[in-house]
Amino acid sequence: MQTLTLAVVLLLLSTLAFQLGRKRAFAVSERQSMPLHSLPGYYGSWVALWCGLPAFAILALWLMFEPSLVRELVVADLPAAMRDLPADRVDVLVNEVRNAAMGHATADADLAVAAEHYNHLRHIGFAVIAAITVTIALAGAAFAWRRIQPELRARPRVEASVNVFLVASSTVAIFTTIGIVLSLLFEAMRFFNMVGFMDFLFGLNWSPQMSTRSDQVGSSGAFGMIPLLTGTMLISLISMVVALPLGLFSAIYMSEYAQPRVRAVAKPALEILAGIPTVVFGFFAVITVAPVIRSVGEVFGLSVAAESALAAGFVMGITLIPLISSLSDDVITAVPQSLREGAFGLGATRSETIRQVVLPAALPGIVGGVLLAVSRAIGETMIVVMAAGLSAKLTFNPLEAVTTVTVQIVTLLVGDTEFDSPKTLAAFALGLMLFAITLGLNVVALHIVQKYREKYD
Amino acid sequence: MTEMAQTTAAATRTAETVAARLGRRYAAERRFRALGLASILMSVAFLAILLGTIVQKGWTGFMQTQIALEVSFDPQVIDPDGGRDPLTLDTADYADLVRNAMAARLAPDADRNARRDLSSMVSTMAADQLRRMVTGNPALIGTKATVWLLASDKLDMVSKGQAPRQPGAVGNVLNDRQLAWLGALEEAGQTRKTFNTTFFTAGDSRAPEQAGIWGAVVGSFFSLAITLLVSFPLGVATAVYLEEFAPTNRWTDLIEVNINNLAAVPSVVFGLLGLAVFLNVFHLPRSSPVAGGLVLALICLPTIIIAGRAALKAVPPSIRQAAAGLGASPLQIVSHHVLPLAMPGMLTGTILGMARALGETAPLLMIGMVAFIVDIPKSPLDPSAVLPVQIYLWAGSSERAFVEKTSAAIMVLLLFLVSMNMVAIILRKKFERRW
Amino acid sequence: MTMNLYAAQNPASSKVAARALDVHYGEKQALFAVDLDIRAGEVTALIGPSGCGKSTFLRCINRMNDMVDGARVSGSLTLDGSDIYDRNVDVVQLRARVGMVFQKPNPFPKSIYDNVAYGPRIHGLARDQAELDEIVMNSLEKAGLLGEVEDRLQESGTGLSGGQQQRLCIARAIAVAPEVILMDEPCSALDPIATAKVEELIDELRENFTIVIVTHSMQQAARVSQRTAFFHLGKLIEVGDTEQIFTNPQQPLTQGYITGRFG
Repeated sequence: MQTLTLAVVLLLLSTLAFQLGRKRAFAVSERQSMPLHSLPGYYGSWVALWCGLPAFAILALWLMFEPSLVRELVVADLPAAMRDLPADRVDVLVNEVRNAAMGHATADADLAVAAEHYNHLRHIGFAVIAAITVTIALAGAAFAWRRIQPELRARPRVEASVNVFLVASSTVAIFTTIGIVLSLLFEAMRFFNMVGFMDFLFGLNWSPQMSTRSDQVGSSGAFGMIPLLTGTMLISLISMVVALPLGLFSAIYMSEYAQPRVRAVAKPALEILAGIPTVVFGFFAVITVAPVIRSVGEVFGLSVAAESALAAGFVMGITLIPLISSLSDDVITAVPQSLREGAFGLGATRSETIRQVVLPAALPGIVGGVLLAVSRAIGETMIVVMAAGLSAKLTFNPLEAVTTVTVQIVTLLVGDTEFDSPKTLAAFALGLMLFAITLGLNVVALHIVQKYREKYD
Repeated sequence: MTEMAQTTAAATRTAETVAARLGRRYAAERRFRALGLASILMSVAFLAILLGTIVQKGWTGFMQTQIALEVSFDPQVIDPDGGRDPLTLDTADYADLVRNAMAARLAPDADRNARRDLSSMVSTMAADQLRRMVTGNPALIGTKATVWLLASDKLDMVSKGQAPRQPGAVGNVLNDRQLAWLGALEEAGQTRKTFNTTFFTAGDSRAPEQAGIWGAVVGSFFSLAITLLVSFPLGVATAVYLEEFAPTNRWTDLIEVNINNLAAVPSVVFGLLGLAVFLNVFHLPRSSPVAGGLVLALICLPTIIIAGRAALKAVPPSIRQAAAGLGASPLQIVSHHVLPLAMPGMLTGTILGMARALGETAPLLMIGMVAFIVDIPKSPLDPSAVLPVQIYLWAGSSERAFVEKTSAAIMVLLLFLVSMNMVAIILRKKFERRW
Repeated sequence: MTMNLYAAQNPASSKVAARALDVHYGEKQALFAVDLDIRAGEVTALIGPSGCGKSTFLRCINRMNDMVDGARVSGSLTLDGSDIYDRNVDVVQLRARVGMVFQKPNPFPKSIYDNVAYGPRIHGLARDQAELDEIVMNSLEKAGLLGEVEDRLQESGTGLSGGQQQRLCIARAIAVAPEVILMDEPCSALDPIATAKVEELIDELRENFTIVIVTHSMQQAARVSQRTAFFHLGKLIEVGDTEQIFTNPQQPLTQGYITGRFG
């Protein structure tokens, strides 16, 4: 809240700086009876930038590092007995201190003292940062204000700083990717220091539950990801078996057959289907689809697991129909009309034209779309978290419960996380694998689709 | 002339052969067409079944059952020494008043077991209701009054028809005795269903009848606000840079490939990034909308950039040439002419990105938003739930009554999503330009 | 060959005959009361400025206009005396009798062999592989392409040059053994040398097929056709023997177009 006030004050100062800069530009130009190089507004913007930018930069830096700084100071001031606890216990303590500082009662006198200390530190910190930023804002504005001359090239300067902002923004995507890769790699390397890389990649046994506590005897656990991979593949396969024919045929019908009236209903329906959050589908799988599949299985004398791969895969397939359908629709409509006419001109029926001319021509694009859908299925999380099981069984029976990479990532990280146990770190190793697989699929898929588009452009 | 005759013969043969096979070919045509139609119908049917299930299970969640009981505000229970001390009034055993009232109405000679059965028909909130009445108006002590008290989730389920009411049926949530009592209350007109305000004003709760989505709605609001504040300026700036200023070289190619790939990275991986960077490096508070909003911002950044570039591409070059011909600088061309024209398209893309962010669940689980949080968050730094995570949590609860709450919460979430999409569609329709 | 200008306006002796043919695309009328006879075993050229309705007329003959939303055809159009737009006429059957070659070469992204074999396959014209081979070879031969592609029949048809592609499309059309072949500006996407080859081919095909060709090149019409019909703004202005149309047009509009005053 305080920070927000400070930010508003800084903004107001910048607005003021803009007005002053503009006025000054007019005045200087008149006094020296020399035309301004740029529009007066640019002089104002220039002063405002000098006023606001450095101050906000410092504020941002402070916001980024204040929590860790205050935390370090508070921890340093805790009684030695508390300070020397393992890292995760200290985390809990710090949280308690924070809660206490917010006014929740605490039983521990040491913590109460620490909470007071915490509040004190934050107050001082805020006072200091407020003083620094406001001073810098004023100094910056004054510096720029004094330098306003008619020949000052204000517009290029302002534009240059806008350009810097634009370029910087476009690198955020790069930094996100770097951040993902580094954070996954870093934690995964720590994991591979504890568990062999080969054991992880080719191990047939997954039971991280063994090692919930690092101080337990025989807590090594088993971290072989093969059962997770097979489970992921099984569910993805089931989902594609559902989504591919339905999505492809929907696209064919909509682009080649449907009356405008049918399209007016079906297209929005598919869009709605695409827009429904997957957590809703997960709930649907648990509450409706799984029981139906179970009772159908019973009719045929089959025993179906409550969290069968079939239920999760089936519902995931439904969520993928719109994706496959819209991607196929794109590639089917991209097939040149002249090819269709060629076939019709020879007396082919519509379905012959579609099956023998349009689909073969669109095949690369469709393959690309399917790869994208597979990648989506592999990375899909909520449906499997809710509807698939936790037991890492090495099976290809769709009626049994299997688990997937994403389910395990969520399971390992929800609840208490200890960043020194293989159990938590395993999630990052799995995340790395997931990232690598989906990235590979996407690159290939995008490449294929790109090639296809070029062919008919 | 012989060749002409041959050709005529061939043509005749063609006509005959074609005619002979025509039936079969048209049958194949009809089958193919039917397959297409069936696919569409099935997809639409899935949607209908999904929505139908949710509405059928969830619409009763917007109502709650109350029981009218004559409560005697027994001074012996509330304030035995008659001091009317606020603290005494505040900490008195109001649950006992509720139990007494229930027993007096339904089973005057109830034993301990029966009293437990009785009290489990009324929500624990009923005691709070009475406490608020008494602390607000201590004169009530010693009087009797008929009060509408909140029923327990189990009674609520039976009363709304979401659980069986035949004694001995499969899936009973009330026992036979309780069912009989409920019957008696209903016959006497001592039950009613009212609009469930709790659901829209409360935070999470272990007791289904006291659980609400307001905390999650506020959490979602804070998260989305942060997402918007971060991703919109960054997304627009990136789109403008790539589309209007960037030279075509390997660096910009790299950025482009990057953005396309980021768009397809599973969201759970973004959650891992959030956990490793925002929580572990920058120590943002766990479970807070700040951390959640930042992760979501990274997730929908590619969507906004891609939509933004498409909108910029749609602005015809002639506009840029016209402005450039008047001596406008590249930045002036963009900010005065191109950007305003592209803005509706950009906003549409942003709203769609926000809608996606609103439904995103998995990455938020990674940064600890699965905690059980009762309090309504007051700032983006407070721990909080968001709507989809609340749905996930409730979906995993064992109480039957949470199925109804989950479905109702889904209806609210879908309502938000539908209205966001409507705004996007209207925006698109209203500002659509044909060049 | 008769030199009488209007003697052939008689449905009985013509392959295709249009009477009072109107075509509308939605609100817009594209053809106005066209009366035209197309004689068997001849090449008939349809000429006129762009948008005059010549392509529309061509596409009526094998009902390719059926695909266009909002296209309506009224009046009568007959093939061998039976109405093309009759309710009982099957378009698939019709198109097997009336083949078509398009403006832009449009070989399927399949092998050269499969391109030519496509028509016979869907219509079931070959009883066995040997017969299919024969049809394909014959058609390529007739299209004058066999020598150029004999050793690469399994390569993709899209890998051929533009002129070869167009001749492949012609081979594909004649493989079905149609009675009439419609050609919609078949040379407009080709270079002069390829054009010459295709024109030569059209002249040879005349012996076996009735050909209707739309062209905007008057030289081409003069070179390949026996009869020429001139369309303007959706109306048939004049039809007659090609020589007569180009040397002695009866209508001032035709004269104007021929001499290049508009077009």
